[in-house]
Amino acid sequence: MPLSQMQVGQRATICRVGNLKSSEDWIKKLLAMGFLEGSSVELLYESARKKQDALMAVRVRGGLVALRRSEAQSIEVELL
Amino acid sequence: MIALVGNPNCGKTVLFNALTRGQAQVGNYAGVTVERKVAELKLGSVKSTLVDLPGIYSLEARTPDELITWQVLFGERCDESTPDLILATVDVTQLERALGLVLELQFHGFPMILVLNMMDLAKKKHFAFDMNLLSEKLNIPVVGICATQKEGLDDLLKAVEDFLGSHPKQTPMAFQPSSVLVIRERFKKVDALLAQVVQKSMGSSDISDRIDAWILHPILGRFILFLIFTLVFQIIFNGAQFPMDGIELGVAFLGNWLHRILPEGALQSLLVDGVLVGVGSVLVFLPQILLLFLFILLLEDSGYMARAAFLMDGLMGRVGLNGKAFIPLLSSFGCAIPGIMATRTIENRHDRLNTILIAPLMACSARLPVYSLLIAAFFPNPVFWAGMRLRGVILMGLYLLGVAGALMMAWFFRKTLLPGGRPYLLMELPSYKLPHLKNIVLSLMDRLRLFLYQVGTVIVSVSIVFWFLVSYPKPPLGASDLAVTYSYAGKLGHWIEPLILPLGFDWKIAIALISGFVAREVIIGSLATLYAVEHIGTSEVSALSRILVDEWSFATGLSLLIWYVFSCQCFSTLAVTYKETQSWKWPALMLGYMTALAYGGSWMTYHFCKYLGL
Repeated sequence: MPLSQMQVGQRATICRVGNLKSSEDWIKKLLAMGFLEGSSVELLYESARKKQDALMAVRVRGGLVALRRSEAQSIEVELL
Repeated sequence: MIALVGNPNCGKTVLFNALTRGQAQVGNYAGVTVERKVAELKLGSVKSTLVDLPGIYSLEARTPDELITWQVLFGERCDESTPDLILATVDVTQLERALGLVLELQFHGFPMILVLNMMDLAKKKHFAFDMNLLSEKLNIPVVGICATQKEGLDDLLKAVEDFLGSHPKQTPMAFQPSSVLVIRERFKKVDALLAQVVQKSMGSSDISDRIDAWILHPILGRFILFLIFTLVFQIIFNGAQFPMDGIELGVAFLGNWLHRILPEGALQSLLVDGVLVGVGSVLVFLPQILLLFLFILLLEDSGYMARAAFLMDGLMGRVGLNGKAFIPLLSSFGCAIPGIMATRTIENRHDRLNTILIAPLMACSARLPVYSLLIAAFFPNPVFWAGMRLRGVILMGLYLLGVAGALMMAWFFRKTLLPGGRPYLLMELPSYKLPHLKNIVLSLMDRLRLFLYQVGTVIVSVSIVFWFLVSYPKPPLGASDLAVTYSYAGKLGHWIEPLILPLGFDWKIAIALISGFVAREVIIGSLATLYAVEHIGTSEVSALSRILVDEWSFATGLSLLIWYVFSCQCFSTLAVTYKETQSWKWPALMLGYMTALAYGGSWMTYHFCKYLGL
């Protein structure tokens, strides 16, 4: 399922970064920020509930990274 | 040259200050760009230059600040060769991500020492790893330090000395962008490396997470944000009174002393009514300005600024900006110049230009003295609600009015000149850290130096010129009007008066406003000089408030406050906008739209107050 559908408190493993709509630049940026296949990710906070443009704060590779729910659709995860 | 390179928030600047004892050549006012910090580093008998560079996540530069780092690393800046050594600085609690950049630097052949910062945090989180094995596997020296506690710095300096003594200068290869595949392979190497060297992994939860549960809460978080800013404005207005009174007493004492020792005449008038009144009336607001900067520094240093951006992203999104723009805008509360330069972290050109254009609407510290003077003159200070006093609330209201104007203009520019979709956002929220006292003190000292420099140069010169313009020529014998009416300034003011009469401003305000174009706070000195010349013997700064209430209507006072919320009276801001955009079009637009906004706002305020009979 996409990272955007995770609920606060859930943990998952990243299985794919980037989809057909993603530009190479966006994927590179995600990779540099630590979103890599095989890394574990935990959704800790969100700025508003059930809003597509809400921000999510996820723990990935030791860092806490904020991205929008709509943009998190390009990351596929598997719940742990 | 030795360069500090690493991810943002890994402690490079603290390390830089610790190694150089804070002797960085930190920027100055008029449009001088501070893009990297440079200082001398003494290594035994050898001297070298240490450069602190903007943080990067990879060598692919996307934003103007990342481009600076890239240019320095690859020797693309004029008259600079590539660095002799890179101190690849890493937050040791984020090795998993940070080592990706280290491997990319290594791939390009940079001579490098790996500096593992925040070793104290690693210890607290029971994180254990084999540093020697890490050094062996990476084939570069590795040094563990804690920059805030100055631990491990001697080892680091020794490692640098040894490295420079034993390695001839290495030139890196030309930059090669990494494909998605290469980046993935690189991080696989990082994982394999960490699997070998890590002896004990970090605990998953830390104190930052517990704080964030409150701070980033969708409702509670916004309430806390509001509370913090309310408190800040209350403290700025009500907490600085004691030192302000002290400065005022000092200025008054000096004025009386000069009055006593100097014979009456032009020299006495120049020194007392010109220089002392002009300088003293601005100097008195120094405690408030320092308090404002202190709060901004505390918010930046603690890691709260990025959280505020997180919480404000929704609101910013509605006007076509992203949450990242919130950080430069918040810095602009101190001064628009660093705020405009901080927009370099924004990738999209239209987003960046939009943020630059609205940044000067954030009330900067130079507006604070003007706000303080006019609020104190025209508003009482009873307890308003829950212990909060009215003047603090009005001050916050003026700041909010600036923010509302900025958001409105951002929306307007997005719909007209700078169209675009909603910018994407990918932003790190750094761990909370206790603000580092030395860094705060150093930054405040810088601010103090800049302020005193401004007072000692610009304000003294303007005060002298202004005093001359309001004092000469002397009125003819038997003149019936006030002396200042016959002066050069009086004539100029009368000439401009018809333009600003609809705002409730007379010729005296006209000349004070012109002087305020040099720097906003100068208007106070000018008003003080103007009225000191007119009301002989009023060299006390607080007397100005009383004179203004007598001379102006409430409508005029409020109209001038609104003028100051929106007007762009700062040459330095226009100069730095030109420097950052490389075009006169944007500063011209900035000056034009802000003046129109100020004129419209003042006109409406004045006429509304008149309608209410105020």
